[in-house]
Amino acid sequence: MNKQDFLTQLRKELSCLPQEDVEERLTFYSEMIDDRVEEGLSESEAISQLGSVDELARQILADTPLTKIAKEKVKPNRALKAWEIILLILGAPIWLSLLIAVVAIIFAVYVVIWSVIVSLWSIEASFVACSIGGFVSAVIFVLQGNGLTALAMVGAGLCCVGLSIFMLLVCKACTKAMILLTKKIALWIKALIVGKEAVR
Amino acid sequence: MDIQLKRGILDVCVLTAIKSEDSYGYKIIKDLKPFIELSESTLYTILKRLEIANMLTVRTAEHGGRLRKYYHITDVGLKRIEDFKEEWKEIMSIYQFVTKEDNGDE
Repeated sequence: MNKQDFLTQLRKELSCLPQEDVEERLTFYSEMIDDRVEEGLSESEAISQLGSVDELARQILADTPLTKIAKEKVKPNRALKAWEIILLILGAPIWLSLLIAVVAIIFAVYVVIWSVIVSLWSIEASFVACSIGGFVSAVIFVLQGNGLTALAMVGAGLCCVGLSIFMLLVCKACTKAMILLTKKIALWIKALIVGKEAVR
Repeated sequence: MDIQLKRGILDVCVLTAIKSEDSYGYKIIKDLKPFIELSESTLYTILKRLEIANMLTVRTAEHGGRLRKYYHITDVGLKRIEDFKEEWKEIMSIYQFVTKEDNGDE
């Protein structure tokens, strides 16, 4: 491999870095090769002393802060042309409202799922309330001398305790799943904005 | 070795390599070779860090029909070396203390 090939390959591997950073790196490695050649090494010997392109690129990317890579991802590859900007502005009433509608629908679905979970929790709360009510009324019926009704109330209270325990498990599982889903959505949105590699 | 500690030592090594006269990348690597093995990418990162910290300045000069970057130590850089010496006096005395404890245990 000659120097030109080496630098071209390295440039390709570093394409996710800011342009000026890449130029500075390439100048640095180019100087390193030239200095070795000046010392009597052949170009290919000098390059092999620097290590493989893959290895170098991997180390350079590891040394670069993630924010820098992410910033470069977000930046558009080229400036928008004048007519594209005009079209974007003129079309704003259409695409902007559509975009808002889509976002609103997604958000509404999200809220609906959460409200289902909230209602599950309120069912759980009502079971707990019923079991407490059952036991309290049983005590009242006993005091009034109405033993059979008291017994029925204790039974109802016990049923509610059982149901509430079962319901608690269901509620917990649903909430956990929803939180997991929320995290996944957040990650997905992040990936959408900065690009897959940066998130990983 | 602890990364933070190693980073500090590497910084001072590179500063020392350019202390007596301005130097360039390949010469720094060669000069440090007997003491510490530096890869090109590591050196780049260190030089960049020192430049941002105002411990050295960079100038580009012509050499044999091409351009070469020369690194020049600043007063901040010189002070860093002096601070390093002071810090290590302290560390050496701690080392003495620690190893003396070792001997005492035996």
